Amino acid sequence: MQRQVALIKQSLFDQGYLDEQFMELEELQDDVNPNFVEEVATLYFKDSARLINSIDQALERGSFDFNRLDNYMHQFKGSSSSIGASKVKTECTMFREYCRVGNAEGCLMTFQQVKKEHATLRKKLEHYFQLARQAGPKETARRSK
Amino acid sequence: MMNPSQGRGLGSGGGSSSGRNKGGEAVVEMFPSGLRVLVVDDDPTCLMILERMLRTCLYEVTKCNRAEMALSLLRKNKHGFDIVISDVHMPDMDGFKLLEHVGLEMDLPVIMMSADDSKSVVLKGVTHGAVDYLIKPVRMEALKNIWQHVVRKRRSEWSVPEHSGSIEETGQQQQQRGPAVSEDAADDNASSVNNEGNNWRSSSNNSRKRKEEEGDEQGDEDASNLKKPRVVWSVELHQQFVAAVNQLGVEKAVPKKILELMNVPGLTRENVASHLQKYRIYLRRLGGVSQHQGNLNNSFMTGQDASFGPLSSLNGFDLQALAVTGQLPAQSLAQLQAAGLGRPAMVSKSGLPVSSVVDERSIFSFDNSKPRFGDGIGGHQTQQPQMNLLHGVPTGMEPRQLAGLQQQLPVGGNRMSIQQQIAAVRAGHSGMLMPQQQPFPRGPPSIRQPMLPNRITERSGFSGRSSVPESSRVLPTSYTNLATQQHSSTSVAFNSFQQELPVNSFPLPSAPGLSVPAQVRKPLSSSSSYQEEVNSSEAGFTAPSYDMFSNRHNDWDLRSIAFDAHQDAESVAFSNSEAFSFSSMSRNNNNNATVAATDLGRNQQQTLSGMVPHHQVYGNGGGGGSSVRVKSERDTAAMAFHEQYSNQEDLMSALLKQEGVAPVVDTEFDFDAYSIDDIPV
Repeated sequence: MQRQVALIKQSLFDQGYLDEQFMELEELQDDVNPNFVEEVATLYFKDSARLINSIDQALERGSFDFNRLDNYMHQFKGSSSSIGASKVKTECTMFREYCRVGNAEGCLMTFQQVKKEHATLRKKLEHYFQLARQAGPKETARRSK
Repeated sequence: MMNPSQGRGLGSGGGSSSGRNKGGEAVVEMFPSGLRVLVVDDDPTCLMILERMLRTCLYEVTKCNRAEMALSLLRKNKHGFDIVISDVHMPDMDGFKLLEHVGLEMDLPVIMMSADDSKSVVLKGVTHGAVDYLIKPVRMEALKNIWQHVVRKRRSEWSVPEHSGSIEETGQQQQQRGPAVSEDAADDNASSVNNEGNNWRSSSNNSRKRKEEEGDEQGDEDASNLKKPRVVWSVELHQQFVAAVNQLGVEKAVPKKILELMNVPGLTRENVASHLQKYRIYLRRLGGVSQHQGNLNNSFMTGQDASFGPLSSLNGFDLQALAVTGQLPAQSLAQLQAAGLGRPAMVSKSGLPVSSVVDERSIFSFDNSKPRFGDGIGGHQTQQPQMNLLHGVPTGMEPRQLAGLQQQLPVGGNRMSIQQQIAAVRAGHSGMLMPQQQPFPRGPPSIRQPMLPNRITERSGFSGRSSVPESSRVLPTSYTNLATQQHSSTSVAFNSFQQELPVNSFPLPSAPGLSVPAQVRKPLSSSSSYQEEVNSSEAGFTAPSYDMFSNRHNDWDLRSIAFDAHQDAESVAFSNSEAFSFSSMSRNNNNNATVAATDLGRNQQQTLSGMVPHHQVYGNGGGGGSSVRVKSERDTAAMAFHEQYSNQEDLMSALLKQEGVAPVVDTEFDFDAYSIDDIPV
């Protein structure tokens, strides 16, 4: 079981969903805080959902206030990079680029990508954490980075 | 483990660190554990991660997701924290503002962090006084060493041992001056800090906690070596300070006098000095921004002469520093100066005293600094900030400036070729022509002009500059020249100019700094940048200016010409600036500019005495040839900075008209068509 968990984790890294920042988080996990990473991830998804909503609304309005959009995205990108959400971060960067040049089409398009990556990562991580919990807290804490 | 509160999951027994906080018992064995950190970030994910990381470092963490809350926490608990870590982008208050407040009121080290790693923002952090800047995502390693900032700060506050004596005594009882001492022993662990560490602890924690809890144990005596009770600048104390400063006059305010006026027992001159420094930076920042457009200019110009003197002290002090960092926007400088000096904005151009040179420099530095970073300089318009960078080159210090400039130059953008830069610089000289692009190095080395406060953006730069005619001054390029020459006459012209010109905030003054003699070739580039939109903030302003002055007929013909011309003129700088202006005008490139510059330079000579209308093309030709005529006032240099071509064009016309010179339409100046000859100088 643990092995399975480890494999899943490894694949997330390999596929570029997660980067070294995630590893940093794992290092913070220990006996006293055995579910730290999951807690952070949960918090992240909750908070980022809120941001995504805001951006969605802003885009729907059609007014394209690029500054505002960029602000939202800046926050979103900061969060995402904090947990190591690599692909999401990449899409965020693209979105900001479009904002910078004022390309509305590009923004819309990229944002779809952002949402997609975000949703994908969420599913994958949920699955991963679930397994990890089943595998036993020890494993989680001691998972080798 | 000792401190469960520490949340050290590590179960380290060690906790060693814990000891301290708890109850005043022995000091922590493991310095710096127990460091009390306040983390401010509106992102809950980051906040959670940071808290965890800091706890793992054995620090005591308090988190906060709103800046206002953080400030009130800090105010309520003056000595409750050792260091603050704050995000840059927050909804309720800008991180930099928080940084300023903390610095002024509590004097705690503040670390900024952000996902934004652009140079300009990092620089902003530095100029606002952050002790460090972390890029998100933050890693543990970065946090592990933050304690060094605390120690460092404490050390610098313990400048005078004798003070501690008096303070120690009182310190014990007083919260403010925590003569640290009681737990010195414990702190000895701190390897690098030894005494300081003790002090650190004692002053911060001990004094507060230990003393209260343990009574004054040893404290004083031992503290003597460390004691440097940290002075906490409470609101009242700060107000007293501000009152004293205002009474003395910002420019004349020296720590010693302030100290006397304040008459606060236990306060040392060093405390006041460092606080004054911060305060100046703060003022500068305030001043620069608002003034930018007109106020500064005016003050700059007019007050240049007058202001220069005092400003220099002021400016030199901060400006230089700021200039170096390039952060100080000329405007703020100007403002500061104006404010500090309390002088009516005099048209400095003519009378810029040498001392003003320094000011100018600082002023320029502001501008320069901004442009320098040219990252953003993409367009001229945006240049302003960038320009400041260049200008920001330390004003007082020519050599430094040069160095700074040089550095700056390359940063920005070397986009502009040297020539351009030179042109830019020259233009800057002429009055900060360069506003266009990167106001870089406008600061003709010699532009000592009193820091053209804010103005620099366009004209002001020039006016200020005029005062400093030093030829080879470090002036941030053109600025000085311009300013020096015409001071009086041009100043007037400039003033009006300034208003018209959309101050690109090209702080001329900064240029001076930039202009570092010859070394920094770039200064000119700044002017050219304008012209060309050289985003390279580097703006060769600084560099070129020197050249100009020094008659370096190097790359830019303009320069040499301008210089030559100027040489005759009162301020060589001026001619240079003129050259620049022309060059700057020649948006196209130096080439054109050269021609123009040359002509202008020539014209300048003639007009120098009068007012040489400099055409500054701010903003590269693209700007619609917003060539700004740089009036003899060298303000043009300042103006040059402003890329706002459109405005400049108007300005130029206006100037020209004023000057009686045939308004050279930008188009004319289009470098290609610089028909300097046409300009009735």
